[in-house]
Amino acid sequence: MPPLFELREVCFNYDGIAALRGLSLQITQGERVALLGANGSGKSTLLRILDGLHLPSQGVVSFEGVALTSECLEDDRFALPFRRRVALVFPNPDMQLFNPTVFDEVAFAPLQLQWPKEKVMAAVNQTLELMGISQLRDRPPYRLSSGEKKRVALASVIVLDPDVLLLDEPTATLDPRSQSQVIDLIQQWKGSSKTVVTATHQLEIVEDIADRICVLQAGNIAATGTPQEILNHHELLLQANLVHAHRHSHGAVTHSHPHIHTHSKHEH
Amino acid sequence: MSGFLESTGMGFARAITQAMLSEKTARRRGLLQSLDPRVRVVGLFSLVLAVTLARRFAVVAALFAIAVLLALCSRVNLLTLVKRVWLVVLAFTGVIALPAIFVTPGRAIAAAGGVNITEQGLRTAALLVLRVETAVTFTTLLVLCTPWTEVLKALRALHLPKEAITMLAMTYRYVFLLVETTTQMFESRRSRRVGVLPAAEQRRMAARTAGVLLSKSMEMSNEVYLAMQSRGFRGEVNALSEFRMTMWDYAGLLAFLLTGGLAAWMGK
Repeated sequence: MPPLFELREVCFNYDGIAALRGLSLQITQGERVALLGANGSGKSTLLRILDGLHLPSQGVVSFEGVALTSECLEDDRFALPFRRRVALVFPNPDMQLFNPTVFDEVAFAPLQLQWPKEKVMAAVNQTLELMGISQLRDRPPYRLSSGEKKRVALASVIVLDPDVLLLDEPTATLDPRSQSQVIDLIQQWKGSSKTVVTATHQLEIVEDIADRICVLQAGNIAATGTPQEILNHHELLLQANLVHAHRHSHGAVTHSHPHIHTHSKHEH
Repeated sequence: MSGFLESTGMGFARAITQAMLSEKTARRRGLLQSLDPRVRVVGLFSLVLAVTLARRFAVVAALFAIAVLLALCSRVNLLTLVKRVWLVVLAFTGVIALPAIFVTPGRAIAAAGGVNITEQGLRTAALLVLRVETAVTFTTLLVLCTPWTEVLKALRALHLPKEAITMLAMTYRYVFLLVETTTQMFESRRSRRVGVLPAAEQRRMAARTAGVLLSKSMEMSNEVYLAMQSRGFRGEVNALSEFRMTMWDYAGLLAFLLTGGLAAWMGK
């Protein structure tokens, strides 16, 4: 059985600036993977490649053994089930929420995938209930708080009950309470067969959302391991700009060391 | 120049905020608010059509009286109409109508600066001003008594092209974001400015601001397109219509159409 996603020597450029440089990666079904990296390391680009929004300039990306190409993504027989099964939550909810009301927003994806009206209504109502946002149903998304917008953005893709959830900085810019609500929602949503790929630079959430971490640096994977292995590798985290060095003076002696915050520890 | 742009930008932001606040009227209990949004759209546009077709002053005046009555029954603040509609329309249309008083041939009733003011000229100018006042009042009533989201849904239910409605919805949605960005750009610039810049430098800065705003809006539109594509958008928007007509709505529609038809016939 082929892996769910397989990337071989994938390169991608934005106007001549390399975002991914020969990246290879396999993701199997049911895995929870965190793409950990500093700003500009290529995390968001990688998620867009996995969602078929960008195609590699070199290399191959395949989903269940089928190479993602412009031809297959334009073919309804492949594209409609692919869009149903793979969902991406964008980092900025303002870019993702473009419908007049929250109800329309959540109904957008099922309608584009040509679900029957009754099924759309039932799925939307159920999702609004699940996400605890039924009271926002008729509100325009631009009037919501950041936390509410994020929940609506999640609802707008979870409504499809996708097999793969790609999350781009799901908790960035949220206050601590909204952050923990979003993590709870991700944890509640996961089932045995669901695959969750999260791009983040927040070390404190990775233990909660991932079983495997890929550290990205300058458009390639610098290291892969379990959250424990990666979070204990201070040199790697320092090198990937994921932790910062503290400089202290003790009398005449000055020394520096990495500073790390995670879910289970706060180390100097 | 820069000061002018700054104050215009701020003014626009205030106007947008005011537009958002005007939705409060739409949530009140009133005659127009009690009708199905489709009835409001069709009914008020039929009255606008009747106003434009009517050539008799008495008929247009009667339609204006109906507009005022509708405003009162829909709990629209008349002072808001005076300030935001009637005075503004009077100022703009008055300038256009003014020459008609002097150049329209007819029975002279007075003279100003050696030029005759004719009875026919006065009548033509008054009809033009009243006609515009009435048509704009009906349109404003629709906007004040119907949340924008419902206007869009009503247009969609009336089978206007989906692409046009999506464009309208997204324009309304993203204009808020662009206004917010513009305001922040002005504030950020003001926080770093000391003293008054030379006029040439101010012009250059204004041009740069416009350029940055354009690039930001391009980037935004690209992101929104990707977000739509990710959720199954294939070039044509599918949407739901949730409205249900009651006997009250049919009665309202009939009343609107009869009034509009009668006014158009009597005003010939």
